[in-house]
This record gives sequence, structure tokens and C-alpha cells, in this order.
Amino acid sequence: MSEEVSVATNSLPPRLPKSYNIESKPHKFCPGCGHGSVLRAIAESIDELGIQDRTVYGCDIGCSLLSWDFFAVDSVQAHHGRTTPVITGIKRANPNVIGIAYMGDGGGYAIGSQHLVNAANRNERITVFLVNNTNYGMTGGQMAPTTLPGQKTETSPYGRDIEQTGQPFLGPEMVAAVTGEGAYVARGTTSNFIQLKKFVKRAIENQVNGKGFSFVEVLAGCPTNWRTDAKDTWGRIENDMANYFKVGELKVPAKEE
Amino acid sequence: MAEKPIQGEKRVFMTGNEVIAWATVAAQADVMYGYPITPQNEIMHYWTRLAPKYGKTFLQTEDELSAGFTTIGGVLAGRKCFTATAGPGNTLMQEPFSMAEMMRIPIVAIIQQRGGPSTATVIYSQQEVTLTTFGGNGEGHRIVYSPSNHQELFDYTIKSFNTAWKYRFPTFLLGDGYQAKMREPLVMYDPEERGIELIKPEVSLGNGMEKGHYNHLRNTFNTEEELYEIIMSMQEEYERIAPEIIEYQEYNCDDDLDVLIIAHGVVSRAAQEAVSKLRDEGYKVGHFRPITLRPFPEQELRATAQRAKKLLFVESAYGQMAKLVKEALFGLQLEAETLYRPGVGITSDEVIEKVKAISQQ
Amino acid sequence: MTIKIALAGEGGQGVQSVAEILAEAANQEGREAIYIPNFGVEQRGGVSIAYVQISDEKIGSPKFKIADIVIALSGRSIPRTAQYVDANTVFVYDAAIEDHLDALPKNAKRILSIPALEVAKNELSPRVFNVIILGAVIAATNVITPDQAKSALEAKLGHKFAQKPELRDLNYRALERGVELVQQAE
Repeated sequence: MSEEVSVATNSLPPRLPKSYNIESKPHKFCPGCGHGSVLRAIAESIDELGIQDRTVYGCDIGCSLLSWDFFAVDSVQAHHGRTTPVITGIKRANPNVIGIAYMGDGGGYAIGSQHLVNAANRNERITVFLVNNTNYGMTGGQMAPTTLPGQKTETSPYGRDIEQTGQPFLGPEMVAAVTGEGAYVARGTTSNFIQLKKFVKRAIENQVNGKGFSFVEVLAGCPTNWRTDAKDTWGRIENDMANYFKVGELKVPAKEE
Repeated sequence: MAEKPIQGEKRVFMTGNEVIAWATVAAQADVMYGYPITPQNEIMHYWTRLAPKYGKTFLQTEDELSAGFTTIGGVLAGRKCFTATAGPGNTLMQEPFSMAEMMRIPIVAIIQQRGGPSTATVIYSQQEVTLTTFGGNGEGHRIVYSPSNHQELFDYTIKSFNTAWKYRFPTFLLGDGYQAKMREPLVMYDPEERGIELIKPEVSLGNGMEKGHYNHLRNTFNTEEELYEIIMSMQEEYERIAPEIIEYQEYNCDDDLDVLIIAHGVVSRAAQEAVSKLRDEGYKVGHFRPITLRPFPEQELRATAQRAKKLLFVESAYGQMAKLVKEALFGLQLEAETLYRPGVGITSDEVIEKVKAISQQ
Repeated sequence: MTIKIALAGEGGQGVQSVAEILAEAANQEGREAIYIPNFGVEQRGGVSIAYVQISDEKIGSPKFKIADIVIALSGRSIPRTAQYVDANTVFVYDAAIEDHLDALPKNAKRILSIPALEVAKNELSPRVFNVIILGAVIAATNVITPDQAKSALEAKLGHKFAQKPELRDLNYRALERGVELVQQAE
């Protein structure tokens, strides 16, 4: 506590996970963005599982690309929707690696959906985290597979019309339906960090144990494109989104005897 | 029948993407299929807002492969359909574009070039020339327009639909991120009020019984010889119609030249300004601007290039336009210099500086 | 003669709005005008820059290497806009800026400091800060007259003025104050 710090003397310096890349902090996400929480949960899990030395992290395009240098682990920013196959390729070539693929709802459920379905079906021993904020954030707020009915976005300016564009995509439900024994599938939310952290850590631990495909979708906010204040942002995550996207564990590997 | 979006003539001041959206509506396009990618997104944003008012349709597809193939589908159904993309999206769309090339499907695609390769920048480049003119696994039987200002974005968007439907080759409007995002003035108009006939689309699939015969469309063939005949006849037709489609502009190219600047798209503006200033200082410099990159104005360029002591290729790429130029000039004994700035804008000052430098030698 | 203006500030300071109004006003007067924002991948954060060119002749490239005038509204904008400055550039920055002052260009033709933020906060309203800047830009460049700027404001915000006429007075006053600040700095 006698270190020189450049903060006010009545505050503590932040305790950051070991697997954080300090050089890239503070990060570039918008104020109120959900990505920060999810990445934090991942970093803490990497630390607690002691796997920093063999973790490889992959991110997608869109706001997730801002995490390309977030962690003090080897990282790769892939093309849009192609993070899953890149991490799959790494893991298959070197099974010792703990491969984490990170993407948004566009990268995972739109352009990357074929890769997600197939990785899940093959029960790839990788961990996929998908941050669901119901829009394409970085490109300016277009409609996404998980946009809610009636939600206004730049490409659904009059509100999402379910008749024309279908129901919001239920990703973990789809993954759970096609994946195999030993898989772990869950949906967490940034409005409950303790639970989120539990799911995230289990998803990574499942890979450490070599069980099966691990997938966690996380409900998150995007106040910039939602154009909501703090209260409404939180309300949307906790209420509108959670009413449609059910939070919880959908598939948990059977415990070994 | 929905009312016309533009009645009379309107002078407006708007971004390039908005101009294109209005132009597609003025061209009586029916459907846009697209996927988000910077810097074309606003075309979708404006289209989705205009669509319900003018009886148009939109679908944001799951990715660019789908956007390209749904556009093909819509065209086969006999509607004027288009898509818009950039960079990595353009790379993906080469698969559907190849199908359109082989099957002579008149799709229209707006390309707003950004840095490349891969994700690179979301901003600007002229690095999608190769991809847009000769992408996919074909022989480049496509039509590519390279506009340089907002009036042309409007005019050539309308022309793209007419060209595609008249000649039945996939047609591209090759813009860039600067043109997409900048604001400048132009005059919007209703093409029919100006005497421009809008070619009506034809149905390929969906009215077979009514027509009395069914269309069976394919893009697969059994033998080498079969394919050869098809490609050769496509090439013959392409060459035959090229003179009707080729467009270019020349600035101060009338007499003999010390330097001939060759540039296209938004860079042509810098070249024009440079020529104007250099002429005031007594330099014998001219500028040749291809407007169609495919088919390329080969004969026209050969004629002018031979009167120049030196050529100067200027582009925001590393020689992509130059490759087309060199092919056109093959066999001629010419000296050429280059001003390549991949992914970076080029100002008239830079062009002037380069012309002066190469004039000293 | 083309005037090249670069405005830079933090997101939310209204840099793009000022640029848009300026370019539209010039266009209204029948002059050639181009405005383009900078844009990168990040939605938020990073310095927001607007490039405006106004001329009587057709304008070439939408961006330029060197500006005739640079307006920097935040500390970070100062080093960020250094590349647009040469011996002929007038560099204007807000007097409230306390950081990055060591990055003020050594090679500019003139450096002007104007207390626009202070005037906005203490005299008028923080919400018209960018209109004060608009006034400053037109005083420094004479690309359009204050009256032309007022009719551009009217065109853009007229519907709001109709609901609250005091907003019109506030905006017009802000414009005039911006002009004054530059005249006083000279």
C-alpha cells in the first residue's frame, strides 16, 4: 500500500486479473457496454484455472474485435463469423491449447451460424462465448438475429417485423439440440455477474476436462445504439431480453462416477 | 402504384450513400438484399426507410453469400434487385457473382471500396478493382462503372440497372468510402421525366406455364468442349456490345503530351484539378479517365497514350488499375511512372508534385 | 481558391454538426462545398474530425493534407491535428484546454486561443458551444457571412425555434459571440 499511484490517495488502485494485458487498458468499449464484464469473467477464469500459458483467444469482427489485445494470452482477430473455425483449427492441430472463441450475435448467429452449428454438432472441444446485445453495434446499430420483436434498429426502422424476419434467434437452445455428450451450454447475463462468472468458468473448465463443446451466450447492453440511459439499458437486459432469452444452464455434462 | 419518389428536379446536398439509395428508388428497383458492412450501411438504412413508402422490399440476410444469392433469386423472379457491399463482403460475394456471370443474370451491385486485404480499414481505397472486374472463377464478363462525384453516383446507379437488364451481364457501381460518406451537391431527377427509358425486367422463373414453356437453368456442364463453346460465345457477345457500353473522359488531351495521367473514380478529381493547375504553369499534361473499367476503353486509351512521352498511373491501390491499363496498352512502346497509395486518399498537390518530379527526368 | 477547414474535438462536442451546417450553408449560397467526417472502427472514443472544403471551383479530393485553418476543441485534438498544420495554417484552440498544450504546433502561421467553452458555460448555455465555434470559424475564414450562417441554422433548427423562440435568440447570440471571440483574439 506504499506504492506510488497516480490516483487520489483515498482510493485503491484497481486489482486486475493477471491475464489482463495492462497495455491495452483502459479498453475502448463504449461506456455501459456489456463486453467489459464478459471479458473480465473470462480473465478471472483463466487465472483461477491456471491456464494462461496455454490459452489461445480468438475474437470476431464487430465490437468484439476491440478485444484483440485485451488479454495477456496469444490472440487472433479472425474474419466475421470465422472465429469458431479458426479456433477449431488451432485446437485440432494442438489439443493442448485451450481455445476460446469470442463473438457477437451477428458473428455467431448470422454469418457464423453454419460454423457454430457444425462445431456444436461435431462436439468440438472448444469454448465459445457469444455476447448478445440484439444489434450490430460497431457498424452502427443494424438489426441482428436476436433483435426483439418491434425493436427499432437502423435496418428495422419501423420495428422488427416478425412476419417478415422471423423470431429472435435462440442460440443456446439450438446448440443444445445438436451437440453431443459432454457439452456445456448456458445463457448468462451481465445483469448477474456472479452467475455469469460461474457459467463462464464452467464453460472453460469443461474444455480443460476435455469433455465436449462449451457454449455460453451472454445478455448484454449497448446503450450507444439502443440510445438508452443507464436505467433503461439495465431494464432492457433484465426484463425485455431475459423474458425472451431464458437465463440458465441448458446442458451440463453428466458427472463422472 | 406508389407515387414517384422524385418529381421534377431537386438540387440536394447529401452523402453518397443516401444519393445511391434515392437513385435505386428512382430507377424503380424493387428489392434490396444486403448485409451490414462499413462503408455501405447507410444505403440499407435509407432503403429501409424509403421502402414501405414506395412499395419496395428489403431483407437483411445472414451474410454476403446469402445477399448475393438472394439478389440472384430476385432477379430470376423478374424483379429489379440489387445489393451493396465492401471489402471482405465483396470477397464473399464473388461466389454468387460467378454464378451471375455464367448464367447471364442481370444483378446490380454497389461496391464501396475500403482498405484491403482482409478487414484492413473501414475507410477508403481503390483496392477492389481486381476483385470487382475479374473476381470469381470466370473471365470477367461483367460491367463495371467507376463514378467520381455524387451526380455520377446518381446517374450511373440508374444506368447500371438499364445496362444490366439490356445486356444481361452483372453490373457494378464501383464507389469508395470517401464518396459514400462525404456530402456534396447534385441534382436528383426522375429519369423518365428526362427521357431516360427504364428497361423493364423479365421473369425467368415463375411464369413457365403461362408462357407455355419452362426454363431449366443450370451452370454446370459435362464436357470441356461444351464449356469452351459457352465461354467463347459469351466473349464474342461481350466484345460486340462493348462499344455501346464503354465510357471514358479526357481532360486536356488534345495535342501531344509530356505526361498523361491515368486515374479513375474519386482520384480522377484530384487528377483533373492537378491538370488544370499544371496547365496554368505551362506543363503539357493531360488526364485520361476510364469510366467503365469493364469493358475497358482500350482503343481510346491506346490512341491518346501514344501521343504522350510518359504515362503516370495514379491510384489508391498498388497497381490494380494499372494492370487493366497495361493490358490495354500491350505492345506499345511506352514509358510509365506510378503514384500508388494503397488505402490512402490522393490530393491534387501530390499529383502535381509527382508530375513535376517526373518532368525533370 | 479553396478553403480547407479541419475541426476536431471529442465526440459530443458537436464537431460534425458545425461542419455540416457550414458546408450546407456554403452550398446554399451556390458555392462548391464538401464535408466528410473521419471514421474508424470504434463507435465511441477517439478524436472526432471533420474536413470541410469550400470553393468557387470544383473541389478535387474530399480530404486534404494541409488545412488553412484547424480548430481543436479538446486536448487530444491538438496532437491529433498536428499533421494538418504548416506555415500557412491558422490554428485555433479552446482556451479551456489544459492538457497536451505542449503539442501546440510550432510551425503554424498563427495560434489563437478562444474561450468558447467558458462563454458557453457562463454566458449562454453549454448546448450552444458548437454554434459559438461555428461563429468563430466563419469569422476566421469568411467562407460565409453571419447572416448566411443564421439562415443555415434556421433551416436546420427552425422547427425547434418555432416551439421555443428563445432558442433562436440563444443560437444567434452564440453565433455572434463566436465571431467576436475571434475578432478579439486578433
